[in-house]
Amino acid sequence: MEVKKIKAPLSDEDILELKAGDNVLISGVIYTARDAAHKKLIALLDKKKALPLDLKGQIIYYVGPTPAKPGQVIGSAGPTTSGRMDAYTPRMLEKGMKACIGKGFRNQAVKEALQKYKGIYLAAVGGAGALLSKKIKKSEVVAYPELGAEAIHRLEVEDFPATVVNDAYGKDLYLEGARAYARQEYSVKPKA
Amino acid sequence: MRELAVATITETVAAMCQDANIYLGKDVAEALKSSLETEESPTGKEVLKQLIDNLEIAANEQIPICQDTGFAVFFVEIGQEVHLQGGTLEEAVNAGVRKGYSEGYLRKSIVDDPLYERKNTGDNTPAVIYTDLVPGDKVKISFAPKGGGSENMSAVKMLKPADGEKGLVDFVVTQVKSAGPNPCPPIVVGVGIGGTFDRVAVSAKKALFRPLGQPHPNSKYADLEKKILAKINDLGVGPQGFGGRTFALAVHIETFPSHIASMAAAVNINCHASRHLERII
Repeated sequence: MEVKKIKAPLSDEDILELKAGDNVLISGVIYTARDAAHKKLIALLDKKKALPLDLKGQIIYYVGPTPAKPGQVIGSAGPTTSGRMDAYTPRMLEKGMKACIGKGFRNQAVKEALQKYKGIYLAAVGGAGALLSKKIKKSEVVAYPELGAEAIHRLEVEDFPATVVNDAYGKDLYLEGARAYARQEYSVKPKA
Repeated sequence: MRELAVATITETVAAMCQDANIYLGKDVAEALKSSLETEESPTGKEVLKQLIDNLEIAANEQIPICQDTGFAVFFVEIGQEVHLQGGTLEEAVNAGVRKGYSEGYLRKSIVDDPLYERKNTGDNTPAVIYTDLVPGDKVKISFAPKGGGSENMSAVKMLKPADGEKGLVDFVVTQVKSAGPNPCPPIVVGVGIGGTFDRVAVSAKKALFRPLGQPHPNSKYADLEKKILAKINDLGVGPQGFGGRTFALAVHIETFPSHIASMAAAVNINCHASRHLERII
């Protein structure tokens, strides 16, 4: 299986190289944010206030890790369901975010924003929290420590495995992958 | 009458919380390994490999398989000849959850008020506890830490008796298909049939506690489990929804008698980290 190595943060050129279905290994600096942190970031944008981090080129990882044991960098740290961040993602992309890592369906507005602002949506393997934690070499809280597991962390990652689900060209691995292997069809729309 | 100190229940529960979250049961681990042999998609195989490696890393490092260490769900069977001493069962189980989740560095994922404050209780309590009084002088505790992502993809539907097997199969397969990648496939599908609106959901939950590979004792339902599993895997959704053969590892059905006017049905989805443990005291 072919794997592309990418270095975070990302440029538009990096994004345009990647297609739905590509398997990547990410190295560099990424940031975590899930429900509560997104809510706070968007509230700042609404008030036209500065964010606690510059989103330009960044990869945001939707994760709420388990507490680190003494001597560990981070606890178990797999992706959470991305759909809960759909309401916030277009604004994040508008502010320069280039990619987000989670698992599960995105809505149409997110897919369109990925095309408009040149971004990608990546999925890491949900439930592989122990394996993924070993790819995280350093972790520090950079904003909202009061949110605990939901605080924004700056992570240094090395060869963090993920798969491109939605690319900047409008392709969707969840639709195409299932179509390629389907033996029958139940005509239902995926949940937004 | 056998006397049993509730402190014993607390200690047992605390150990179960840690063990269930760190070590995946052999039944599920074996199912993942055998699906690696039948999976056709290269990306699907890679996902399954990561999941199998993940189990080893979790055990070696003594960290949870998944960061979502779940809502603590218990089915407790209490022998009628047991007298619990020193407190209530509910307090004892919750004290065990508190201890297990804190000492085990497990994530605390429970908020007190579901609609407004949503403030974390800080210790993963309260647990969801179902109790049954049974003959004998033992206490059997079954525990499953239930992840939120897969729970969110579950559903109850009040089918009509005339909907029959086809209606039931359509409901389950469409529900699972609409869940797609969200519940972390390969999934385990718990199906409840019969009973009331509330009882059918409990049946579906209970179905997730059955060891994988153990079919329903009634051959008609065992065949139906196989049939639904084949249909689900024919959807092609595959591991993590990236496309492939392995969307589900198993379908388990639990039934309950039904009202003449009803055929309640429930689908409770579990992720591949289908954690469940049993202890008898």
